[in-house]
Amino acid sequence: MSDTFAPVKIFSVTLLFWILLNGALEVDVLLVGAVVAGAITFLLAGSLSFLSGYRLTWESARATLGYLGYFLRELLKANLSLARVVMDPALPVEPAIVKVRTRLKNPVARLLLANSITLTPGTLTVEMKGEWLYVHWVFAKTTDPNVATAEIVADFEKFLEKMYD
Amino acid sequence: MNALAILGVMVMTAGAVFLAFAGLGLYRMPDTYTRIQAGTKATTLGTILTLVGAALIMPDWGVKLLLIALFLMFTNPLSSQVLARAAHRAGVPATKESKADALAEDREELA
Repeated sequence: MSDTFAPVKIFSVTLLFWILLNGALEVDVLLVGAVVAGAITFLLAGSLSFLSGYRLTWESARATLGYLGYFLRELLKANLSLARVVMDPALPVEPAIVKVRTRLKNPVARLLLANSITLTPGTLTVEMKGEWLYVHWVFAKTTDPNVATAEIVADFEKFLEKMYD
Repeated sequence: MNALAILGVMVMTAGAVFLAFAGLGLYRMPDTYTRIQAGTKATTLGTILTLVGAALIMPDWGVKLLLIALFLMFTNPLSSQVLARAAHRAGVPATKESKADALAEDREELA
């Protein structure tokens, strides 16, 4: 990765993680954290590139907020629809494993996409291979990859594309 | 009890209700894959609500509880996905009501 800010990003993420773990903003905590985060960045920057793919732009920050809002709404919807299904005596499920396509290349963006799909109404990512994702769908309206992609992937992809390179 | 703690108890109860739905889903769903689905979604939201409730009751724990919630949101769907993939690779059959299995059709070129 040719990103010159990559070490800064790795340092910031590890330091932030340390501060959250400690839950305190004191000088000694920050000093120890800065030294350790600096050492980690210096020694392991090459293998931690997954921490630095995030874009540092206003557009990306807006997309992150939009993504979080959309994700939490979908998670709630997923639970309500699941509650409806398991309470229904007829158990209205129509499962199928469908193929969907993604344009995302960044590994973290792909991980977030697969996880988001798993936590949204009726869908569960089963396998990932190249640009294809295999998704188990409880209420399969279609088995056509293009229609399923628009239905399952498109909304999340729109946000994630802006967040990651 | 102050208002925040009462709200916390209510949020925790909502979380417990979703966890109960997860249990019911595990019992009622017809096959492995639909059961994994029922288990993942409801346990994720149920546990997050329980953590939010705990944060409302004990605001000092907020940051650590947030960290736990983040871990959960990353790892819970991931483990479900790996379970589903392992089940499919091991040839665990889906319910007879399934309409299609694109993964089985492509299995050879994926191997």
